[in-house]
Amino acid sequence: MKEPRSFANKLGRYYLLFTAGFGGFLLSLTLLEQEGMPRIWIGYLFMFATIVLYAILGVLSRTSNVLEYYVAGRRVPAVFNGMATAADWISAASFISLAGGLYLHGFDGLAYIMGWTGGYVLVALLIAPYLRKFCQYTIPDFLAMRYGGANGEDNAAGRVVRIMAVLATIIVSFTYVTAQIYAVGLITSRFTGVDFSVGIFLGLASILVCSFLGGMRAITWTQVAQYIIILVAFLLPAIWMSVKLSDNPIPQVAYGKLLPKLSAREAVLQQDPKEAEVRAIFQQRANEYQAKLDALPASWETGRRDAQRKLDNIKTRNGSLLDLRSAERALIAYPKNAEIAASEWAEAHAYNLARAKPITPHAEPYAGDAQTSDIKRNNFVALVFCMMLGTAALPHILMRAYTTPSVHDTRVSVFWTLFFILLIYLTIPAMAVLVKYDIYTALVGSDFNHLPGWVSYWTNVDKLTPLFSINDVNRDGVVQLAEITIDADVLVLAAPEIAGLPYVVSGLVAAGGLAAALSTADGLLLAISNALSHDIYYKIVDRNASTQKRVTISKLLLLGVAFIAAYAASQRPGDIISLVGAAFSLAGSTLFPALVLGVFWKRANHQGAVAGMIAGFAVCLYYMLHANPVLGGSTTGQWFHIAPTSAGIFGVPAGLLVMIVVSLLTPPQDSQTSALVDYIRAPEK
Amino acid sequence: MDKTIRRDHWHKTRRMTAWLLLLWVVTTFCAAFFARELTGLSVFGWPLSFYLAAQGASLVYLAIIGCYAWRMRRLDRQARADAAAASARRPAGARP
Repeated sequence: MKEPRSFANKLGRYYLLFTAGFGGFLLSLTLLEQEGMPRIWIGYLFMFATIVLYAILGVLSRTSNVLEYYVAGRRVPAVFNGMATAADWISAASFISLAGGLYLHGFDGLAYIMGWTGGYVLVALLIAPYLRKFCQYTIPDFLAMRYGGANGEDNAAGRVVRIMAVLATIIVSFTYVTAQIYAVGLITSRFTGVDFSVGIFLGLASILVCSFLGGMRAITWTQVAQYIIILVAFLLPAIWMSVKLSDNPIPQVAYGKLLPKLSAREAVLQQDPKEAEVRAIFQQRANEYQAKLDALPASWETGRRDAQRKLDNIKTRNGSLLDLRSAERALIAYPKNAEIAASEWAEAHAYNLARAKPITPHAEPYAGDAQTSDIKRNNFVALVFCMMLGTAALPHILMRAYTTPSVHDTRVSVFWTLFFILLIYLTIPAMAVLVKYDIYTALVGSDFNHLPGWVSYWTNVDKLTPLFSINDVNRDGVVQLAEITIDADVLVLAAPEIAGLPYVVSGLVAAGGLAAALSTADGLLLAISNALSHDIYYKIVDRNASTQKRVTISKLLLLGVAFIAAYAASQRPGDIISLVGAAFSLAGSTLFPALVLGVFWKRANHQGAVAGMIAGFAVCLYYMLHANPVLGGSTTGQWFHIAPTSAGIFGVPAGLLVMIVVSLLTPPQDSQTSALVDYIRAPEK
Repeated sequence: MDKTIRRDHWHKTRRMTAWLLLLWVVTTFCAAFFARELTGLSVFGWPLSFYLAAQGASLVYLAIIGCYAWRMRRLDRQARADAAAASARRPAGARP
């Protein structure tokens, strides 16, 4: 008992030293900025310093030992395992987009906060301690042994379950890792100005140095460092804004005072005649598009003729060059045929209509008339449960249960995981309210000739899909709320500048976002490559492989998977957020029933597990394809108006039900399985 | 470890798990489903529904996990102590 205590103490000292060093680094950069170091250099320094740091940690904890490579030697103290899991969990989406999502959607966005924290109750109570007692390496290990029958390791039944579990692991983790690598590319390209694909491969290099050399061991120790960076990067701007706006340094407490003020401000803006004027302009534009859409295809013909005539007019009366150019551009940009016109105008109609909508109060749940409000509420509940069940079935989180010294440590480590996640997640809604209040009071109503510097910076970052835009729609020279659009991804990255902090803090926030994306990508890539090397290669292809060979194969597979994921991300797959949502639903529907019933219901058998996994996956996939317009379905195909992202709300019960029915219809498993379940349930010696 | 001790331990574990899961479901469902009805009340300045969804529910989850870890350690210790007592009794009783 003495040895682990001193190990934890030593670790604590190292990470305190690391935090102090990081603080020194920040301080010296702040001084350098005041001496006039250019912004771009601060961006470079942050990116490279942190990436080099992760690489060094990776090199220091390199290993070829199987136990170290797969489960970090099973000696990670609970607190540090909690920190590492928290970093594993806090993805680019949580760090960068979640606060922005709350800014845009108000109360309705809180489904993610509830869902992504509540899932840990299921992890702690139903799955993690039993996996640790089982004491193997991967999730497919557990399912194959539990549902394989006698000698489940070796027989055909065990292999079928193992291969299905591996497939589920890969499908879920791969969609998720693509999203992370995409975010890495986005952040590096925005803050250092390098090309998007170069950014991806830079990030990839640092992921690989880390997990390639040391597997789970290197990842764990790097993730602890990454968590510290994530925490500092997220809390610093939030604390600053909180002090600035409400004289209270604890943002989680302070925004309780600001929320009523924000609501009051929203009410004032809602009544403002100038706001109404801007909204009316958007409504009018939407109506014009609607009229054009109704009159297709004749309206396309007249529109093109008008544009041509305008150009000819300018030419004949020798108009100015500027007018000529703009008329030419208008003609070139005009839709090429009636079909293109239909889709472009429909899009423009929807866009203008959305901007003509009145303000949604931030604190009001499920705004709208009685029917829409009920639909929103049902979707909220469905999304919350879906995210929870998905969390409890994500392989890269669950495999963390294997790395602690004992079952009790696993339970405590889940507690610490949620604790460290909450330090960030309780700040996210606060951040959204703080920024919103600042924009609603400081930016709205200001003069267009005296906009703050960050506005022009962020409006120019991405020309194709503007992250932030502001136009004087009604030409009165004053900023109205309805004239501003803001993208969910920009809020956290721009927050330091909105709060008036030095640019160093912006660099820090970018480094934090990078750490969040890299740490999650590390864990996911390891989950995939372990499933392939341990479960497919070692357990199925070559049972006599030496331990050296197993680790080498695993490293090679990791390299391969990483490059495929980077390639997929560099293709810029559309709508990446909905893909991540899909990953949660698929994970929950496929793996959750088998994992939980495997421990809590002895009667669950091989046939039941196979049928349940297939049914859960199939129902979930069917609903997503059936109800998602992007994937070829239609919104009319929705059941109870539930959005396709929450497909797991049908998939999980379907999986559970099929598993129970099929298990009851087929003979129970042998006494060996029963003994295994008894062993898993029993307390540790 | 003795079979009856193990069964007893598992029964207690299962009962506690069920109670805590019930608390989890009730918290989640009430905070989400009755959010509109709860807006009128307020805690520390927040409307109650917003507070629950943004902080309250998550803190309840943390408490559930903490309580589970603490109680399970006591149950495990109890089972180990019972087993030790039982094995200490048996050799003594076996000797004439």
